[in-house]
Amino acid sequence: MDKFEKLSGIAAPMPLINIDTDMIIPKVFLKTIKRSGLGVNLFDEMRYDGEGKEIPDFVLNKPQYRDAEILVAGDNFGCGSSREHAPWAIKDFGIRCVISTSFADIFFNNCFKNGILPIVLPEEQRDALMKDAEKGSNARVEVDLEAQTVTSSDGEVFHFDVDPFKKHCLINGLDDISLSLEKESSIAAHEEKLSTSQPWI
Amino acid sequence: MTAPKTLYDKIWDAHVAHESEDGTCLLYIDRHLVHEVTSPQAFEGLRMAGRKVRAPEKTIAVPDHNVPTTLDRAKGIDNEESRIQVEALDKNAADFGIHYYPVSDVRQGIVHIVGPEQGWTLPGMTVVCGDSHTATHGAFGALAHGIGTSEVEHVLATQTLIQKKSKNMKVEITGQLAPGVTAKDITLSVIGETGTAGGTGYVIEYCGEAIRNLSMEGRMTVCNMAIEGGARAGLIAPDEKTFEYCKGRPHAPKGAQWEAAATYWKTLFSDDDAHFDKVVTIRGEDIAPVVTWGTSPEDVLPITATVPAPADFEGGKVDAAARSLDYMGLSSGTPLAEIEIDTVFIGSCTNGRIEDLRAAAAILKGKKIKEGMRAMVVPGSGLVRAQAEEEGLANIFKEAGFEWRLAGCSMCLAMNPDQLQPGERCAATSNRNFEGRQGRGGRTHLMSPAMAAAAAVTGKLTDVREMM
Repeated sequence: MDKFEKLSGIAAPMPLINIDTDMIIPKVFLKTIKRSGLGVNLFDEMRYDGEGKEIPDFVLNKPQYRDAEILVAGDNFGCGSSREHAPWAIKDFGIRCVISTSFADIFFNNCFKNGILPIVLPEEQRDALMKDAEKGSNARVEVDLEAQTVTSSDGEVFHFDVDPFKKHCLINGLDDISLSLEKESSIAAHEEKLSTSQPWI
Repeated sequence: MTAPKTLYDKIWDAHVAHESEDGTCLLYIDRHLVHEVTSPQAFEGLRMAGRKVRAPEKTIAVPDHNVPTTLDRAKGIDNEESRIQVEALDKNAADFGIHYYPVSDVRQGIVHIVGPEQGWTLPGMTVVCGDSHTATHGAFGALAHGIGTSEVEHVLATQTLIQKKSKNMKVEITGQLAPGVTAKDITLSVIGETGTAGGTGYVIEYCGEAIRNLSMEGRMTVCNMAIEGGARAGLIAPDEKTFEYCKGRPHAPKGAQWEAAATYWKTLFSDDDAHFDKVVTIRGEDIAPVVTWGTSPEDVLPITATVPAPADFEGGKVDAAARSLDYMGLSSGTPLAEIEIDTVFIGSCTNGRIEDLRAAAAILKGKKIKEGMRAMVVPGSGLVRAQAEEEGLANIFKEAGFEWRLAGCSMCLAMNPDQLQPGERCAATSNRNFEGRQGRGGRTHLMSPAMAAAAAVTGKLTDVREMM
């Protein structure tokens, strides 16, 4: 997995609440058996019209946001299905960090598995960053995972919380299957216990 | 004396294989369900790392999302990408030695219907699947939730998940449901009350007299949509109905093991005075037959209401409601019961079980669907389909003018050819009314099977109580 340490980039504002995984990556793109190449279809139905032409008003089609690396989003971002194609598409587009007041549980976990940092901030701080993002490409937002801070283009610093284990994995780009397999003896012990206490499992 | 525990606490504690100092746990997974859309990358990951499936005997796969549901599906899948995905699952199941129900098997169906039907899902278990509607299995008092593809790979390789414990939430539905009100109306009404993020960070336990009175099928409908309320999982404590449902299923324990299992399962309930971090109580008598009007499952209103206005809401919901109304082609103030539809979809992991088909058929018996209506019933599994044929339900649907399909996810998410065209409006028994969910530009109104059947007859959203 790609490491995430620091990021300084353009932030795109998406104030709509409840942006769901069907919006992030519509089901027609779930038929792939790969993880790559989904960025072009990120937000497909919002981004392109029925003929496949770009909708100029959509934020990521605007010249100043085409290279956005951060998304500042409305409440409850990523609700809906478990499709990891959503973070795959976000990452493939080039976005490495999403900031909102809340995220759907499965999407939130999926981000960490793909080198994307989802940041939860209180509403007024998210709103301040949304305003900052609306300034366009002149406003670069800085994210420092080690220090757990987001810095707006005006130099205002917001602190965020992150699960220590997830932070550790993200900063070091760790494969968590290998980490879990280091605890194989605990898993085997649980299975041993299960075979006598609940043999039907 | 130990502190009182919730049902979730008990199942959680029984599955922690390893706990780190910061509370990060390896949670042991008893059943891993797999379908074709979210698994190919996970199996590929195993191959790349030279890993095996740790517990193939606890892993069950079935193709459901992409499969055609038309009667000629034995001829194969036309769409190349869909076909490749299903073939990849065929191969992965064979290569890794996991239980498999291929498209040609009569037991094939939607993974969340097949699991309980075959007795794979049992009380007290942990059940995961790369699909958010895994919450369905919580109806058995199993801790069940959706996971992403990386987590699918993690479970395949380690039979565990890295987890931190969620908080406890109790949703109590007291009293009795009025005639015409179903499990679907309960679960939609709860989401209408709490919002789609109301359960974020929680595992919900549904309880109360109205929940107890539901059949297992109804309980599965309620838990299925826990995810739509943002919860990691939904749970219902097992009881005699649960045991009765499980008994005799192909993969349920037998003989002495059954007795031992039942004894254990009877300990699976929330202790008196167990602590819940959040409690929501709704009177069963206050729940009406409901429909959704917008593009979020929280956009729920009784069928007797009118389309709301953006100004009825606050904060970010004002813009979201305006966008929804625009997408749905609806004007504020229109009575919901005047909204005309052109498509009806009865099926999905929410409402594709035998009881759902019985409820819809009861409304349709001796009636015809409105002329020009496109209506389909997609049973949740081949066995549900067979049972419905045996009970004479299939004939009722066919005589009414419904298409009688083979099992799959179908128009719930429209990955197969069953899709809405732009502007088409569907009365659907599925679980999501998101923009584009049933096909780009398609408009979805969620409701119970009986309500969908009533809408098929009248051609508009209809209060089923007027047809009972």
